[in-house]
Amino acid sequence: MNKTEPLAEVRDLKVRFVGREDTVHAVNGVSFAVHPGEVLCILGESGSGKSVTLRSLMRLLPDRARIEGDVRVGGQDVLKMSNRSLRDLRGGSVSMIFQEPMTALDPVYTVGEQIGETVRRHTGCDKAKARARALELLNLVRIPSAERRLDAYPHELSGGLRQRAMIAMALSCDPKLLLADEPTTALDATVQIQVLILLRKLQAEMGMGMIFVTHDLGVAAEIADNVAVMYAGRIVEYGPVERMMKAPLHPYTQGLLASTVHDQSRDQDIDAIPGSPPDMRRPPPGCGFAPRCVKARDVCRTAVPAERYPEPGRMAACVAVEVPEMAAA
Amino acid sequence: MSRYILWRILYAIPIAFGVSVVCFSLVYIAPGDPLQTIMPADATAETIEIVKKAYGFDKPLPIQFAIWLGKVLTGDFGMSISSRRPVLNEIMLAASNTGMLVAFAVPIAFTVGFSMGTLAGCFPGRWMDRVVTGSAVIGVSLPNYWLGIVLVIIFAVELSWLPATGMGARGSDYFSIWDWEDARFLVLPVITLSMIPIGIISRTTRAAIAELRNQDFVQTLRAKGLSEVAVIRHVIKNALPGVMAVMGLQFGYLLGGSILVETVFTWPGSGFLLSKAIINRDVPVLQGTILTLSVAFVLTNLLVDLFQSMIDPRIRRG
Repeated sequence: MNKTEPLAEVRDLKVRFVGREDTVHAVNGVSFAVHPGEVLCILGESGSGKSVTLRSLMRLLPDRARIEGDVRVGGQDVLKMSNRSLRDLRGGSVSMIFQEPMTALDPVYTVGEQIGETVRRHTGCDKAKARARALELLNLVRIPSAERRLDAYPHELSGGLRQRAMIAMALSCDPKLLLADEPTTALDATVQIQVLILLRKLQAEMGMGMIFVTHDLGVAAEIADNVAVMYAGRIVEYGPVERMMKAPLHPYTQGLLASTVHDQSRDQDIDAIPGSPPDMRRPPPGCGFAPRCVKARDVCRTAVPAERYPEPGRMAACVAVEVPEMAAA
Repeated sequence: MSRYILWRILYAIPIAFGVSVVCFSLVYIAPGDPLQTIMPADATAETIEIVKKAYGFDKPLPIQFAIWLGKVLTGDFGMSISSRRPVLNEIMLAASNTGMLVAFAVPIAFTVGFSMGTLAGCFPGRWMDRVVTGSAVIGVSLPNYWLGIVLVIIFAVELSWLPATGMGARGSDYFSIWDWEDARFLVLPVITLSMIPIGIISRTTRAAIAELRNQDFVQTLRAKGLSEVAVIRHVIKNALPGVMAVMGLQFGYLLGGSILVETVFTWPGSGFLLSKAIINRDVPVLQGTILTLSVAFVLTNLLVDLFQSMIDPRIRRG
């Protein structure tokens, strides 16, 4: 469908966290691709494996994580890279924005020093040039009185400004791929939308690919081109955002959409999905959502449902999804 | 920043005053009469009165305190009851002898403790960590006078490599740090003194580093493409304020001179002076020494506070 080379390609990614007592199967065979200029949203609740998937793209996981599969970024195999070339990749052609601007910046260095450090790490320029670049970046992310903010410590900035500084740092070396791990979750609603608009704008201007992890459907609708819905370490549905929001295929996505506040009448209860996500130390053998699914059949509990493609560009891993004859052929 | 420094210095003055009150009254709270030791057992009540008057012990305590403080502020700490020499001289001499030990024990304890703690904190749960944590526990729990005696038995008695006690081959008055014949007297007391600070500092550092390495900002640093060494540099800068607080306390304790260690090695330092003054009920020496050490302690903490605020901007908002 898309003729350009994908910027990032993940095939059959599996991540386990091996502990002394138990092993957590966080990601269990995830595949997707992101093209230049595309925004992919990974949507899921906490524990669905969305953040772990994102971090695998930079191999930014603790030592006890066991990663399998194929992760390619810019044609390079991230999982087989040497530590040195991995460090060149991180913050260079791929960079990441984190959830908590409160804690994600080093408290004892100024914002300017922290941005400048990234610039110097990847371009090898001197301190004065790095500072000039940091100022340029603070202006780029619309931080008012940027010159003064350069010498501010993180605790002297508001949450919104801190997240902007974080974005400035991530953009400092013109990354081709921007990874965002719930960057707006910790912010106030009004600030949230400003940061989203800014991100979308910068992404379009710089032609970056972006993978945006969120649990918030509204945020996904705002920013995504395509959405991958994750549940229990697997992508259960994938497709363009408008069509998914209008007509979700997977029962989990349907449940998610039904459980949000939209135009129900005042006294009508919101339909929450019954039950809770499975314990990933002992993931269920079949479909991860089967224990909570109203449409579940016997086969759902024994075998992982195959991916089905009912329309071009859309995928759902559910036996209840009807595939038209034409598309199946 | 300069406001913070000024404010912090002003704040140290009432602390120092409080310390002087405690020092002064300490001797009167303690049981026993300071005159007992210098008076012959059969002294008449009249003689005791005369001596009391001579030392000013007959006046009410607040007056005695005011007189004492006034003299102290002009550098007059009075005369030692037992040696009849000016207290200030005695303190200076003892403090410089202890200072000699501190000058070696502090750099050793701080660098060894800090590097051990950093290494352990970088590899929590690994063999390096176990070795450091284990030896830190041993260092802290060994009574240092016992360690001193054991070191003497091994290195002085059995191996005859180092002298057992004393300060210098020709006595403390002729001690020269530049002469190995004298300087070798430093080795055992310095090692003994360093043990506890090494243990305490390495444990504090390890805890700080291990905790900081789990913080979110460390992941950001890795995501920036920094090497592990560069990441650790950030972590260390974050750990420093907390570690420095502990270092300041340890420095203060070392300045006070360990009574036990200086007694084991008969090192004529401030700890030794204190123990002598206690035994002789030499009140002016006791007061003077405790006051000097306490003020040094207050100053050390002041310095630590200032250093901390230079490293961590969040502290300045006081």
